[in-house]
Amino acid sequence: MEKLETVEIVKEKTEKREIRSFGEFWRFFLSELKPKGNPWTPFNLFSGLIMLLGFIFIIYRFVTGLSPTTNLGQEYPWGIWKGAVVNSGVAFAGGGYTLAFIVYILGMERYRPMLRETVLFAFLAYVFYAGALTIELGRWHLFYNPFIGNKYGVSSVLFIVAWHFMLYMVTLALEFSPAAAEWVGFKRARKVLGAAALGAVVFGVMLSIHHQAGLGAMFTMCKGKLHPLWYSEFMPVLYFISSIYAGPSVMIIVSSITQKLYAHRVDEEYRNAHPGIVLGLAKMCAATIFAYLFLQLILVHHEHDLYLITTPMGFWWLVEVGALAFVPMLLFIHGVQQKNLATINLAAVLALAGVLLNRLNNVFIAYNWYLPLSLKYYPTWQEVIILLTIIFIDVWVFRWIINRMHVLSKPPEWARMEKH
Amino acid sequence: MNRRTFLKVMGSAVAGATCGSLIRPAASGAQGVFDANEFFGILIDTTRCIGCRLCEKACAEVNYLPNPDISEKANQAVFKTKRDTSVIEYTVTNLYETEKGKVFVPWRCMHCNQPACHSACIVYALEKRETGHVTWDKRCIGCRLCMMSCPFQIPKHTFQEPAAVIQKCNLCYGRFLQGIVPGCVEACPTEALMFGTRRKLLEEGKRRIAQNPGRYINHIYGEFEIGGTSTMYLSAVPFDQIGLRTDLGLKHYPEYSMVYLSAIPFIAGLTPIAMLGIAHVIRMAKKDAKEEHHDHHEEKEKH
Ligand code: SF4
Ligand code: SF4
Repeated sequence: MEKLETVEIVKEKTEKREIRSFGEFWRFFLSELKPKGNPWTPFNLFSGLIMLLGFIFIIYRFVTGLSPTTNLGQEYPWGIWKGAVVNSGVAFAGGGYTLAFIVYILGMERYRPMLRETVLFAFLAYVFYAGALTIELGRWHLFYNPFIGNKYGVSSVLFIVAWHFMLYMVTLALEFSPAAAEWVGFKRARKVLGAAALGAVVFGVMLSIHHQAGLGAMFTMCKGKLHPLWYSEFMPVLYFISSIYAGPSVMIIVSSITQKLYAHRVDEEYRNAHPGIVLGLAKMCAATIFAYLFLQLILVHHEHDLYLITTPMGFWWLVEVGALAFVPMLLFIHGVQQKNLATINLAAVLALAGVLLNRLNNVFIAYNWYLPLSLKYYPTWQEVIILLTIIFIDVWVFRWIINRMHVLSKPPEWARMEKH
Repeated sequence: MNRRTFLKVMGSAVAGATCGSLIRPAASGAQGVFDANEFFGILIDTTRCIGCRLCEKACAEVNYLPNPDISEKANQAVFKTKRDTSVIEYTVTNLYETEKGKVFVPWRCMHCNQPACHSACIVYALEKRETGHVTWDKRCIGCRLCMMSCPFQIPKHTFQEPAAVIQKCNLCYGRFLQGIVPGCVEACPTEALMFGTRRKLLEEGKRRIAQNPGRYINHIYGEFEIGGTSTMYLSAVPFDQIGLRTDLGLKHYPEYSMVYLSAIPFIAGLTPIAMLGIAHVIRMAKKDAKEEHHDHHEEKEKH
């Protein structure tokens, strides 16, 4: 009896919020912009300051070109933005397709509570990280050319990646849209969007395989310029496999943080399911890292690069593949056996550091490795500030949304009733 | 038919059938022309080059670049370091100390038969023309994948400009259309540079090698390197001594991204079907399990 009553109340509340016109939506949106809680936390102040600085630098970069703010040059055309934001960021957002695959295709319902959070994270990552690509373009005012068909460079890997970015962003938006529709109270839209989910997931997984691998395929023509230990014609496969464990690793960390910081937004079901989900993901990560290492070893052996292990670059390679892929794998296994979430979190952090290092190596550390030190690229502090700005915007928007929509909890009663 | 060509053929077949033109691999327009083999190019005879840098001066004039100082004194200073082409120098001449003494080597875009830069370009701003010229167009978006991909590190980007451009030798395409030979070729006093169709140049190069066996090593750099190039070199000493990369192999560079590109249509066609299949099987299995469970219950209740 009691339960029924609460359902009624919830229904009433959402019923009242049904929005019919654009004006209503706009007023509602403005009212939601206000921060919840005290905005003057140290983190907010710090990140706000960085973002302010970052915005100035971004405008400055647009006005003056790339060279005053960055260290990019003829020897190293790509730098930390491409390496850390685009190449790593997209791998980190890989949870969007792995989790959708697990829940929708493999039907493992116990992972569902984490799904919305993951899709939201992935969506924002794509919007901001792919957006960051625009800052990085030398002729950013023409960024639309590959989309409007001012020649389609169909044999260009980047062309394929760019289109897949765009399509996948739309797909992720579609996957997340039920949550947005619930928040605003668009009932009819919610119904339609909910029904489109499976199609969107299937399409999304296909797109993800393409562009995750595509990011690696961009380097396939760097033969002779990328150090042989990193270069391989099978880089696309390596990129794809590493995104399978990078995505869930990020979600292990992100969800552990949101569980703590946003406990009031997390519902009973998710809170109880969370440790189990993390263990499951950790198992998956361990298995995938194993596959990744196996492939790495085969490639190094097959391409006769083993003798390079004793050179300085070889040691650096061992740091990446040994300390930041093999060790996290062991830690994942250990954590799963002991059911120790702290160990799993540590493993996830190390694994991510490994993926990040791998991307940076490909973009500039092991690229043109034979050049003398004086010609080498290292990021300027302005580049780092802009990078942090992009990440902080991402965090702010993520926070804003999980504080308002049903991301960490089940959809409201009315939406759930319609679904089945 | 080996496995790779098979995959490629299959790939394009599936692509054509499923995805239309959008993601079809290997559509680099240069392929057909390559077969016709009538690209134009430049043969550089390093045994004839005297390091006068008149070609550099001519190049600057033709392309409206800052005029280089090529006086005797300036040259002495210039040849102390190895220069790379830059946003204001499309061609540079370098001095190499070799086993046969000093050799001057003019250096510029190789105008590859199957250019990595063209195949990497997201909007085909860098284009292999049917005549063999690799040119740049202002539709470029500045992604710089061409710079990452070019094995000779030729495309140069004006990082200091808000609307940056890619700068490189275009084999004087504009002059070619008017029927004039490239500026550098015209300026060269010793005919170290020679312009013509690739076929003619190869013939000429082989003739020189055959007639002066002591003077040249028996190889034309660029005949087969990375699938052939339009800028080709004759030399008296092995090519690694005059700063040309000999470790690049004979396979043309776009081939390297082919593994990925040919897999795309397969993945696009097969994964959705496979996924829907898996989802369906799993759902049916779950349903069966539920029903069985149900049956058990009913049986128990009956007893
Ligand atoms: S040398 Fe480089 S820039 Fe010139 S055609 Fe070949 S790939 Fe393109
Ligand atoms: S920088 Fe310009 S020319 Fe080079 S690949 Fe990108 S779009 Fe093409």
